Amino acid sequence: MTQAKLSLRDVRVRRGRSELVNVPQLDVLEGEVLVIIGPNGAGKSILLETLALLQEPTAGRVLFEGEPVDGRQLRLRRRMAVVFQESAMLRRSVVDNVSMGMRLRGVPRSLRRQRTRHWMERFGIAHLAHRSALTLSGGEAQRANLARAFAVEPEVLMLDEPFSALDQPTRDDLLEDLSAALRETGVTTIFVTHDRAEALRLGDRVAVLMGGFIRQMGTAAEVFAAPVDEEVAAFVGVANLGGGRVRSLADGLATLDLGGATVESAGRPPVGAVASSPELGTEVLVCLRPEDIVIEPGGSDSHRTSARNHLHGSLSRITPLGGQVRVVVDCGFPLVALITKQSLEDLGLRVGDEAVASFKASAVHLIPRGQTAARLGGR
Amino acid sequence: MDLIWDGLGEAVRIIQSGDFDVWEIAVRSIFVSGTATAISLFLGILIGSLIAFNQFPGRNLAFSLVNTGMGLPPVIVGLMVAIMLWRSGPLGEFRLIYTPTAMIIAQTVIAAPIVTGFTAAALRNLHPKLRSQLYGLGASRLQMLRLVLWEAKLPLLAAVMAGFGGAISEIGASQMVGGNLAGDTRVMTTAIMLEVSRGEFAPAIALSVILLLLIFIVNLILTTVQQQERHS
Repeated sequence: MTQAKLSLRDVRVRRGRSELVNVPQLDVLEGEVLVIIGPNGAGKSILLETLALLQEPTAGRVLFEGEPVDGRQLRLRRRMAVVFQESAMLRRSVVDNVSMGMRLRGVPRSLRRQRTRHWMERFGIAHLAHRSALTLSGGEAQRANLARAFAVEPEVLMLDEPFSALDQPTRDDLLEDLSAALRETGVTTIFVTHDRAEALRLGDRVAVLMGGFIRQMGTAAEVFAAPVDEEVAAFVGVANLGGGRVRSLADGLATLDLGGATVESAGRPPVGAVASSPELGTEVLVCLRPEDIVIEPGGSDSHRTSARNHLHGSLSRITPLGGQVRVVVDCGFPLVALITKQSLEDLGLRVGDEAVASFKASAVHLIPRGQTAARLGGR
Repeated sequence: MDLIWDGLGEAVRIIQSGDFDVWEIAVRSIFVSGTATAISLFLGILIGSLIAFNQFPGRNLAFSLVNTGMGLPPVIVGLMVAIMLWRSGPLGEFRLIYTPTAMIIAQTVIAAPIVTGFTAAALRNLHPKLRSQLYGLGASRLQMLRLVLWEAKLPLLAAVMAGFGGAISEIGASQMVGGNLAGDTRVMTTAIMLEVSRGEFAPAIALSVILLLLIFIVNLILTTVQQQERHS
């Protein structure tokens, strides 16, 4: 079994009277990329600062490789590196900033020079070496920030929403470069974000933090396909959430009433949820991810695909979202689908046209109604 | 008008001739105020960074106290220090009253709050994440402090100018705790006052010119350093 690099035990962080973080147990495994995702104000940054030994927990313990960190914070901080959302560059040249972490740790000059050059090239800022770091654009500064962190060759790399202040194209580029650097170095990484796309892209495991509690923990696929409760589902971006009732159960397929339409679900219980398989007649929350829906023009009734569900309706709205398009089909209730711009052009669909929305029974995820999952590891 | 022109002419002559008394007074002024400024820098940076970097109950009160201290009337400082150092006062046994040391103490009390206030303001204006970022890169407390002060060196230079300016131009405290003893505790401001009270305007004008030049030169040097830093 992989060893835990960094762990929290019964950690609570309070500020005044409010408790910001309450994590009974968290283990960051050697070599993994753990994404901590949650809405603003969920306590993500405080949790990260606690793990980075920049913040003392009010109660509980932080363990590094299984041993309490007490008294060795400085030494351990020098085995980790932190990247914040804002790059907080020093009033010095870019190259001085990139090598600063190594200087603070007493890395010899020749090695410093070599690693600085390597990581500045890796993040595409070698040509900015002698510019003042304060004159960099947001994207350039964040590249310098990443280079500065990788250059110290940390055993644990922590990133706190590093891209959230950047525009979309810059963000995409940087995400690509970061992802490659993480793969190459295999460094244990904790990545805090509120962006689902970043979590999906980078995370080996995803922890959903809400209100200071870790509400769900699992692989990115598990968390995004099978959120543990309604709140998590709403946050991780299951755009289609509707109340339904189980009408029949047969061969592992649940047939549901959903706003007058009939939908079939493979109906597995969500990972970590308390509920077992849905029972007949129970009210459930039906979750369907927009990218799991296939759109075709209306009119034909023969659907020779493996998808079990075909809902007829009319296109009520089309919203471009970067390279993709968000399409809303009114099938008695609004169904949101995400398709590529190209597909929409090929289909020639416009607002008001008839359309069929298809999706597999396995894409339909059910959550027992009105239930909030038990907090993971909570007591 | 003659009074002014004669005075100015005489002043130029005194300065050119290297009149021993005038230059001796000028050098003593620089020594006393320079020492007070140096001590104030040490104290001011220490206290200023403690206030700026730490959350503690009464932090706002501390800021208000420092700001009040920045405007302390020198006469009141003189009075407080005189009471402390008076032969029968709490620190009377050290026999410091009417010595240059007493003047350095008084000027430090005047300049230290100025440097503290400037330092705290300068550090509070730094990027709020800078300290966390430096710790995150592996800085020790001392390394963090060094880098952060270096980062705030432009406003800290302004603190030096303001502190030195406050010390060298005050008169009330120096007069009260120094006693304006010729050849011992006479500095430029107390000497000017004495000469004017005697009706001797020429040496007063000569000393004033030197005092202004001195303040000008100190500010010119520091401003030049600031400008170079800003453009580099």
